[in-house]
Amino acid sequence: MKYRDEYRTADAARGYANAIARITTRPWTLMEVCGGQTNAIMRFGIDQLLPKEISLIHGPGCPVCVTPIDYIDKALDIAGTPGVILCTFGDMLRVPGTKSDLAAARAGGADVRVVYSPLEALAVARDHPGNEVVFFAVGFETTAPANAMTVYQADREGLVNFSVLVSQVLVPPAICALLDRPGNRIHGFLAAGHVCTITGYAEYEPIARQHRVPIVVTGFEPLDILEGVYRCIHQLERGESIVENQYSRAVRRPGNQLAQQVMESVFQIVPRHWRGMGEITASGLGVSPAYQTFDAEARFGAVISQDESQGECTSGAVLRGETRPDQCPAFGTRCTPEHPLGVTMVSEEGACAAYYRYRRQVRRPVE
Amino acid sequence: MNEDSEQHCPLSSEGRELVKMAHGGGGRATARLLDSLFRPAFDNPWLERQHDGAVLDMPGAMAFTTDSFVVRPLFFPGSDIGAMAVHGTVNDIAMCGAEPQYLSAGFILEEGLPLATLRRVVDSMAAAARETGVRIVTGDLKVVERGKADGLYINTAGVGRVVANHPIEPGQVRPGDRLLLSGDIGRHGIAVMAAREKLDLQSAIESDCASIAPPVMALLNEGIAIRCLRDLTRGGLASALVEVAETAGLAARIQEADIPVREDISAVCELLGLDPLHVANEGRFMAVVAPEDVDRAIDILRRHSVSEAAVDIGLFLEGSAGLVTAQSVIGGSRVVDMLSGEQLPRIC
Repeated sequence: MKYRDEYRTADAARGYANAIARITTRPWTLMEVCGGQTNAIMRFGIDQLLPKEISLIHGPGCPVCVTPIDYIDKALDIAGTPGVILCTFGDMLRVPGTKSDLAAARAGGADVRVVYSPLEALAVARDHPGNEVVFFAVGFETTAPANAMTVYQADREGLVNFSVLVSQVLVPPAICALLDRPGNRIHGFLAAGHVCTITGYAEYEPIARQHRVPIVVTGFEPLDILEGVYRCIHQLERGESIVENQYSRAVRRPGNQLAQQVMESVFQIVPRHWRGMGEITASGLGVSPAYQTFDAEARFGAVISQDESQGECTSGAVLRGETRPDQCPAFGTRCTPEHPLGVTMVSEEGACAAYYRYRRQVRRPVE
Repeated sequence: MNEDSEQHCPLSSEGRELVKMAHGGGGRATARLLDSLFRPAFDNPWLERQHDGAVLDMPGAMAFTTDSFVVRPLFFPGSDIGAMAVHGTVNDIAMCGAEPQYLSAGFILEEGLPLATLRRVVDSMAAAARETGVRIVTGDLKVVERGKADGLYINTAGVGRVVANHPIEPGQVRPGDRLLLSGDIGRHGIAVMAAREKLDLQSAIESDCASIAPPVMALLNEGIAIRCLRDLTRGGLASALVEVAETAGLAARIQEADIPVREDISAVCELLGLDPLHVANEGRFMAVVAPEDVDRAIDILRRHSVSEAAVDIGLFLEGSAGLVTAQSVIGGSRVVDMLSGEQLPRIC
C-alpha cells in the first residue's frame, strides 16, 4: 500500500536503528505525544530496536484518556434525559464516569449511538426532529475542524434540536505544562503529525526555543517514528533545540488554514481541565458566543468539576510521562481491559492498553 | 389484505405481504408458510414427512454443533444471513474433523418483515445447503412483535459423520507443530461493518462467507496429521489462536509478514483503528499440523478455491500457556491477544 508499506520495511528500520545507535553517546528520554504513536511503538516493537540509552515515554496524547471524568458524567446525565439521542465516537463508550459508562447507559435503555463522523450526528438530528440530538465532541486539534464544521452546518440548516458537548483540547499548552512541572525528565518530543496537519508547527517553535527541547513533528509508521527519534537524538547530541518536520508528506508549517478558520469561528480558546494534569490555561476549545445555542452545556446545564480521585490507579502519572504502564503494581493483574482501574487501560489509544495488548507477559488476572 | 383473501391465495402478492403474528401461531398461517416457502426450498424427504423431528440413520461417531445468527444487515456484500447460517454451522462441524450432513433451522421472525425478504433468505440457505451437500431436515418458526428483532434471527444445529480417525482438538497440539492459515483475513467483518455503518468505501469488499468443509475433508482423506482445526469467526485469528494455545498449554509464535490481508481491508482497519487479526471471518480457518506434513498440507489446501491462498504463519512451542507473540514486519516483537470487549472505531 502506497504511503504505508514503504514505511514498514525491516531493512530500513534496521538502518535507522543502527544510525541512532551510532550517534547516541548518553541517556536521553523522549516523549511521543500521540497515543497513535504509542500504539505503533508497542505494536511494531520499535523501542526494541533502539539502544538502551534511549527511553521512550508516553505523553497525554490519547483524547479519550485526558477527557475529565466530569464530562463523562455530564454525557451520562444528558444521555439519561428523556427524548435525548447522544451520539459519540465508539471509544468513548467504555470510559468510566463516576458511577457508570455510556455502554452501560445504552444497555440500560439510553439512546446512545456510535457514529464514525460527527456529520452522522447531524443526519440523526435531521431524521429525528422530535428528539434532542447531542454530539459528544471530544479530541485534539485533529477532530476539532470536523466537529466545528458540524456546528457550522447545523446553524446553516437551522437545526434546532442539535447541540455539542465539547471537550476539545490543544496540544501545545499541554507540552508547556509538562515542561513546567518540577523534575520533568523529558529531553525531546515527537510531536503528533496529524495534529500538525491541521495546526502547522509555528506554535511549537517558541516552545522549543524557550524550553531548550527539540521537537520533531513525526508521523505514525515505524520508519516515521524511527526517523523522528533519529532527528531528535541528532539535535540533542549537538546541543540544538529546534522544531523539525519529519512528516513533510502531510504537514506544512502553516497547517491547514481553512480548517483553522472553521475552528476559530465556531470555537474559542478556554482553560481546560485535563485528566491527570489538572487545569491548563488556554488548553481547550469551547463553543464561541456566536454559536452558543448549539452548546449542550447551555441546554442541559454546565459541567460541574469534581474531585478526580483515582485510588490505586497511576494513570495520571502515566499521562504525565512520570511512570510507565508496566511499572504500575496493578498492571495486568488487578487492572486489565476487562476490569480497568483507569482510563489509560480503557481507551484503545491509551498507553496502559497498548502495553497490555502488545507487551505484557502476565496473562491471568489475580482473582 | 384481509384474512379471507389470504386463505384463498396465501402468497399471491408476496412482494407486498408482511410477516404477521399469525404466521408464528402454529395454525393455518404457519402451515401455509411452511408449505409454500420452507418445504419447497429445502426440498427433502425428511421435511416431506412433516414429523415433529427428523429420524436420521447415522452409524459411528458424530459431531454435533449449534449456532445462532443475528447479523445486521440481513444482506451484505458477498453473502447474507441465510448462507451464513448454513456455512457457519457446516464449518463448525468440519472443524471437528467431520463431514457435515444434516442441519436444523429455527427462525425467529419479526412482525412486519416482508415475506419476499424471508424468501430471499430461505432460498439463499437452500442454495448454500445444496452447494455444501447438507440437508436441512427439521426446523422451527416463531414470530415476535415488531421492534423486538432485527428482521429475523436464525438458529441452526448440525450433525456430521466424523471422518478423522484421531481426535482433532487443542489438547493434541504439540511443541513444534505448525500453524497454517487458509487465506486472507478480515473480509467478512469489514464487509458487514461497511454495510451496517454505510461506510462509503471505494473498494468493493465482499464477505468471505463460504463452506470450508471441502479442503478439510481433503486433508483428512489424504492422511494429513491434523492436530487441531479452528474456524476464524468473531474475535478473528487472534482470539482463535490464543484460545487454542491456552487450551493446549503452549505458547505460539507467528510472523505478521506472512499473514495475508488484502490491501483494502488493511486500509479500512488502519482508518478505523482495528487490528485485522481481530476482525471476523466466515470462510477462513487455521489448521495445526505436524511439522513433517506442512508442505503436503499446503499443497492440498491450495487445490481448493476457498483455501487457495493457504500459508504457514508460525508454530507452537513450549512457553507460557496462551502467550502468542508476533514478529512485526520491522523485526520487533509483540503480544497477540484476544479482542477485549467489542470492536469500536477510534476517535482519531
